[in-house]
Amino acid sequence: MSPSVPLQEMIRAIRSARTQCEERGVIQRECAAIRAQFRQVDNGARSHNLAKLLYVHMLGYPAHFGQMECVRMIASPRYSEKRVGYLGAMMLLDEKQDASLLITNSIKNDLSHSNQYVQSLALCTLACMGSAEMCRDLAPEIDRLLRASNSYIKKKAALCAVHIVRKVQDLGELFAPAARSLLSEKNHGVLHGAVVLITELCERNPETLERFRKTVPDLVQIMKGLVISGYSPEHDVAGISDPFLQVRILRLLRILGRNNEAASDAMNDLLAQVATNTDSTKTVGNAVLYETVLTVLDIKSESGLRVLAVNILGRFLLNNDRNIRYIAMTSLQRIVGTDHNAVQRHRGTIVDCLKDQDASVKRRALELSLALVSASNIRSMMKELLLFLSSCPPELRAQAASGIFYAAERYAPSQRWHIDTILHVLTTAGGDVRDETVPNLIQLITNASELHCYTVHKLYRALLNDISQQSLVQVACWCIGEYGDLLLRGECQETEPAQVTEDDVLDALETVLQSHMSSPATRGFALTATMKLSTRILDNVDRIRSIVSIYGSCIDVELQQRAVEYNALFRKYDHMRAAVLERMPVIEKNSPGHTNGESAGEPMKEIQPPKVKQGEPLLPQQPANQVCDLLGLLGGSEEPLQPSPAPGLSLNTASTAGGDLLDLLGGLEPTPPAPAPTVTVYEKDGVTLTLSCEKQSDSVLTVTLTASNSTDSDMSSFTLQAAVPKSVQLHMKAPSGDFLPARGAAKVTQMVVLNNPNKVNLKMRIRVSYTSQGSAFQDTVQIDSFPGLSAAGH
Amino acid sequence: MSHDNSKPLMRFLLLFSRQGKLRLQKWFTPMSDREKKKIIRDMTTMVLARQPRSCNFLHWKDLKIIYKRYASLYFCLAIESQENELLALEVIHRYVELLDKYFGNVCELDIIFNFEKAYFILDEFLMGGEIQETSKQVVNRCIESSDMLQETMEEYMSKPAF
Repeated sequence: MSPSVPLQEMIRAIRSARTQCEERGVIQRECAAIRAQFRQVDNGARSHNLAKLLYVHMLGYPAHFGQMECVRMIASPRYSEKRVGYLGAMMLLDEKQDASLLITNSIKNDLSHSNQYVQSLALCTLACMGSAEMCRDLAPEIDRLLRASNSYIKKKAALCAVHIVRKVQDLGELFAPAARSLLSEKNHGVLHGAVVLITELCERNPETLERFRKTVPDLVQIMKGLVISGYSPEHDVAGISDPFLQVRILRLLRILGRNNEAASDAMNDLLAQVATNTDSTKTVGNAVLYETVLTVLDIKSESGLRVLAVNILGRFLLNNDRNIRYIAMTSLQRIVGTDHNAVQRHRGTIVDCLKDQDASVKRRALELSLALVSASNIRSMMKELLLFLSSCPPELRAQAASGIFYAAERYAPSQRWHIDTILHVLTTAGGDVRDETVPNLIQLITNASELHCYTVHKLYRALLNDISQQSLVQVACWCIGEYGDLLLRGECQETEPAQVTEDDVLDALETVLQSHMSSPATRGFALTATMKLSTRILDNVDRIRSIVSIYGSCIDVELQQRAVEYNALFRKYDHMRAAVLERMPVIEKNSPGHTNGESAGEPMKEIQPPKVKQGEPLLPQQPANQVCDLLGLLGGSEEPLQPSPAPGLSLNTASTAGGDLLDLLGGLEPTPPAPAPTVTVYEKDGVTLTLSCEKQSDSVLTVTLTASNSTDSDMSSFTLQAAVPKSVQLHMKAPSGDFLPARGAAKVTQMVVLNNPNKVNLKMRIRVSYTSQGSAFQDTVQIDSFPGLSAAGH
Repeated sequence: MSHDNSKPLMRFLLLFSRQGKLRLQKWFTPMSDREKKKIIRDMTTMVLARQPRSCNFLHWKDLKIIYKRYASLYFCLAIESQENELLALEVIHRYVELLDKYFGNVCELDIIFNFEKAYFILDEFLMGGEIQETSKQVVNRCIESSDMLQETMEEYMSKPAF
């Protein structure tokens, strides 16, 4: 075995290793040697070996085989060995290791050692890694040292006591008397330790806190001594006398003055004195000022003092040192709720910090600025915030955008301002806004009916400018689709008139459709908008038809589906097209069932704001106050979902799950046999409609409608459409057919799946339509109760 | 304001080089080796990534991280979230001053080759996660005395000096 080299040679050897592998090799050799040495009897080099091991440990290599050596070294009579042994104990042993208990006895002995440096080692180690058990064992010893020893030991004993109290709360009582008497010591180290100990005792035990309130005058005296008295070279830091002790005392005063008028009064003058007299040109003075401010704001200080404190923070904001600016902002943030007006006075400075170079300061400034927005400063603040948004670091954009939206919503002075603000955000940071911004904005726009013209002009111009910001483009497409007629009319009070032709508008939409920058959702918006325009323009309907039919073979399945359905709307349901694509009514805010993109079998839903559960009635004569949703037009101006797939297509293909493009109805399952009970809900002109239902789950209900024809003539094109209350989701499966032969020769069944998560009163309105003997018939029936369900519809 | 008072002012102190090599680690609350390794990784990554003129404070989990670079060494001190960051900067500075006084124009190599001395000095300045002695002179005197004691004992036992 090669002899171990002294510590520094080993360090040199390790450092000169050129690769990790080489280093590992050196360390392995050394550790082997160290292990061997540990096994030997005392050879005089024990402290070297342990020190080497500790170095190796710091590099990250395992060293637990040294734990017992630490125990042995600590028990050695030699100071050099004890020193390294205790160091090793602090590095390798913690309270979780069993070996740590083995040193308890050594510590106990060393606490009473004649040499104070040996005592110090024991105290230090106990305060570092003493377990609860060890603490309990040695507490009386510590208490003794607290009372009768020199300052050097007393100050260490005090911190040891702090550690003990943290581990074993009940022992607090033991140390309280000694702690109290230590306050009359002159030695700063002891005083500091005493203050820390008292703080700990007070924070743990409210009764102790009560008792220690009596020390406030003493603490005030000590502070006064530090602040006012002459230069003390031993504790001076840049002109401040013992800032560490000052801060600690201020902290204790804070705890004692909190929620207590008398104590707060007793310290009021002192705090004012510290606040005004402390030199703030260096960090150390500011550290004391900072602690003073924190104390003033936390106790029951008089208002003048509070203002003084907030002003100090305001001054901090102007400090060259960015650390100071940063902590000023964090403090202001904490009090912006309670001392709002005081903080408002510094709004200008805070807003200026939005332009700070430092990212942390910027972040704080943003949070604080958003907290300071109010109805009276919304316009000027928003200018600053929007300016910030255009140049802020990317990681802050989402927060800034959502903060701006929130502020705009709360304090918008006008609808036009609100819309302009949102548009501005979408233009600058459209990629960082949340998903619900688009439907929220659409809802806002529909509500501002007198601004439709203005809005659509503005959005059209924005669209021409830039089609990369998806949220903006989506809203723009929606508006153009909805208010295209206003755009084409050319005149607008609020903005410059522009000559926009139908071709221009269609060009714009087509550009969006074709651009590689447009997301699939955006293209969906554009296609639907194009379709809607077919009822709002006069000359270019054919162009729209051709666009729509082109996309009928688009690779994107969603677009293809829409295009095909729109095609069908042109070809077979042209008589309904105008009504289907009519102007949307005002969307109500916060309608139940407002979710983002959630749908239960409504494939078109993501085009429309999810809140659109009410929409235009199918026929003009429908009263506006119907309880039910659109008749058969859930999802708004899309193709009605409920009518059977276009006739001509075999109904068998319509029932393959998910395969058929014209399967508008989502996953199909074969219609299950209608379970009992069955109720007749409609009986008129020979048409009988029965209904039965089955609960699938807590909120899902399957309703089966069965129709039969008792007349002497056949009925063709028999369709059922259904509508339900807003929060209920409806999903109609494909009917079994649309032909009802005479005299009940066959029936038509239609399954409807209802999801009622809000457990509202379940009602359903059904429209029956058919052709018989060459004439079209239509009728409506309302179903208020469902068999098998309670009246509440659960 | 709630106070979780089972924790000292300081949670840990780390010294590392610009290459992320650890030169000193002091843990003021018990932690597993695995946790320690993770913290060391996180701290070195976070601190070394900071821009030169940023502020010296970071947030990490429920702690405030105060860091300052002195020549080739980063001093990284973690304090509880309700503690005074400016004072923490002073604590770091005080420790550097103590090292400087002891070693005379201290540099990273001094701390590498005499790491145990760096710990001894630290253990006279801080204890149990709190400040132990606020006077520079007292700390220096104590270290000198301890060294003297060691040497004297060594001489007496005629063993090579440590």
